[in-house]
Amino acid sequence: MEKIATRDAYGDVLVELGEKNKDIVVLDADVSVTTRTYKFAKKFPNRFFDMGVAEQNMMVTAAGLSTCGKIPIVSTFAVFATERAYNQIRQTIAYPNFNVKIVASHSGISVGADGASHQTTMDIAIMRVMPNMTVIVPADAIETKVGIRAIVDYKGPVYVRLGRPPVPLVYEEGYRYGGSPLKFEIGRAVTLRGGEDVTIIATGIMVAEALSAANILAKEEIEARVINVHTIKPIDEEIIVKVAKETGAIVTAEEHSVIGGLGGAVAEILVEHISVPMLRIGIKDKFGESGSAEGLLEKYGLTARNIVNAVQNVVQRKT
Amino acid sequence: MSEASRTNESYGDELIKRLNEKAKNFRKELLIMTTRSGSGHASSALSAVDIITALFFHQMRYNPKDPGWEDRDRFVLSKGHGCPVLYVALAEAGYFPKEELATHRKLGSILQGHPDMKTPGVEIPTGSLGQGLSAAVGMALAGKLDDKDYHVYVVLSDGELDEGNVWEAAMAAAHYKLDNITAIVDRNYFQVDGPTEEIMALNPLSDKWRAFGWNVMEIDGHNMREILVSLDEAVKMKGKPTVIIANTIKGKGVSFVEGDNKYHGKALSEEELALALKELK
Repeated sequence: MEKIATRDAYGDVLVELGEKNKDIVVLDADVSVTTRTYKFAKKFPNRFFDMGVAEQNMMVTAAGLSTCGKIPIVSTFAVFATERAYNQIRQTIAYPNFNVKIVASHSGISVGADGASHQTTMDIAIMRVMPNMTVIVPADAIETKVGIRAIVDYKGPVYVRLGRPPVPLVYEEGYRYGGSPLKFEIGRAVTLRGGEDVTIIATGIMVAEALSAANILAKEEIEARVINVHTIKPIDEEIIVKVAKETGAIVTAEEHSVIGGLGGAVAEILVEHISVPMLRIGIKDKFGESGSAEGLLEKYGLTARNIVNAVQNVVQRKT
Repeated sequence: MSEASRTNESYGDELIKRLNEKAKNFRKELLIMTTRSGSGHASSALSAVDIITALFFHQMRYNPKDPGWEDRDRFVLSKGHGCPVLYVALAEAGYFPKEELATHRKLGSILQGHPDMKTPGVEIPTGSLGQGLSAAVGMALAGKLDDKDYHVYVVLSDGELDEGNVWEAAMAAAHYKLDNITAIVDRNYFQVDGPTEEIMALNPLSDKWRAFGWNVMEIDGHNMREILVSLDEAVKMKGKPTVIIANTIKGKGVSFVEGDNKYHGKALSEEELALALKELK
């Protein structure tokens, strides 16, 4: 399976959008080579601002630019974008509902060797709880491209979560799946696989793992439906209630803490609408550590095998 | 609506008198407003009255009938808690009816406890300290990109200079040569817990800004002529941003509030208000 990092797709689509939309300006905090915004910087030097290692100033500067009609896209590592500049994002971006896009790379633990200081397992939770904020987690490079195009067309603050390592392509070129063209809509989850026994609700790089898990389960005669929730907020409540009713069991999967992320969001919906067995695959309230991306995902329980085990458990508990 | 030319250097006595009169009225209005609402940072607003009067009624170019006018000068009250003076100035300028002042800090008001987008004329929400200068950097960068000649004014408190974010912004403004920013520090020497030099020393403050690459001026922040001259000089400065350290007195204009930090973050009682209004006659 071909692998491309979501940050690489981001760098390319930024250049494409910069060409079309002269209002787009890009800000980075001294990591433009790594976040891939350097591609935009090279092409449009006047519309790129390196703000140095100063994330707080960068966020509010972006807010100021947005008040003058610019569409600022702000990039740095996810841990610094969200946790370092949280109050700035809250006070001057989310609260006034300004049109600033925060596109962060190096999310989750798949950052790898840099270790816990550079990994974030809580960004979805803290960005999701912020009023006015839209939160998007693309599953692969192709979804990153359509997702970034969509957020530029959307007016309002958005957080997009990208990653460092190359990850398998879930979609086919042009945002197709199984040959069929799809439409990326903010707030609308995508059903990737049919199945009546259980639903795996996944986001980000765990979507590919969910599909692998579904293939393994099929051999055990468990038919798992797989949905990709690329928008964590506003979440597609309708489809989540529907799949819970139709399949009677849920497993969520995300490269994020089991607290407050996709699993938390799904649990919040289910508890108000329908009671079904559910398990959350994610990082169990722990900080990360150094290691290879693959080694870390294995150690922290973020593989297809972990999803398979969880599915077997919830399917058994179905009444 | 001040359409006054920025290069007008004829600060006649008439102009100074008119602005001082306005400033005195603002002091009265903001004290009435905060006493009515039962809370608010009256004394922090009083130290910034003369600066804000000069900006809104002489220096800045804006149109209250068209708050989004692209070529308007921008104003950011980074010390958001000083908003009582901003609200009375915006009302006087015509952004909203003066009757709204009576709703300050009350449920459903367009005049929140700290500035936000509910108030016509406010550019960016403040109140969480240390962020206004960064917002100005963004507005100034946009102005340069679009080849606009608007100027961005920011009023900061001295206490908020404790925030690291301010110095990140100071560095960026100098790095990008944002000569379309003028920052004014309302240097009243007090922060919430006491005198700035006892709580978290800021001096030598001018040297700090100079070291960050700024054009620095120091003035008496209650002398209208000095304020006008320094604002004019600031706009003429090319290649670097300007900061005006305006030495002020917290609570200026009301003898028993001046320099008494127990009035930080509160409104005057009805009795105190009556005394204050008598003084401001």
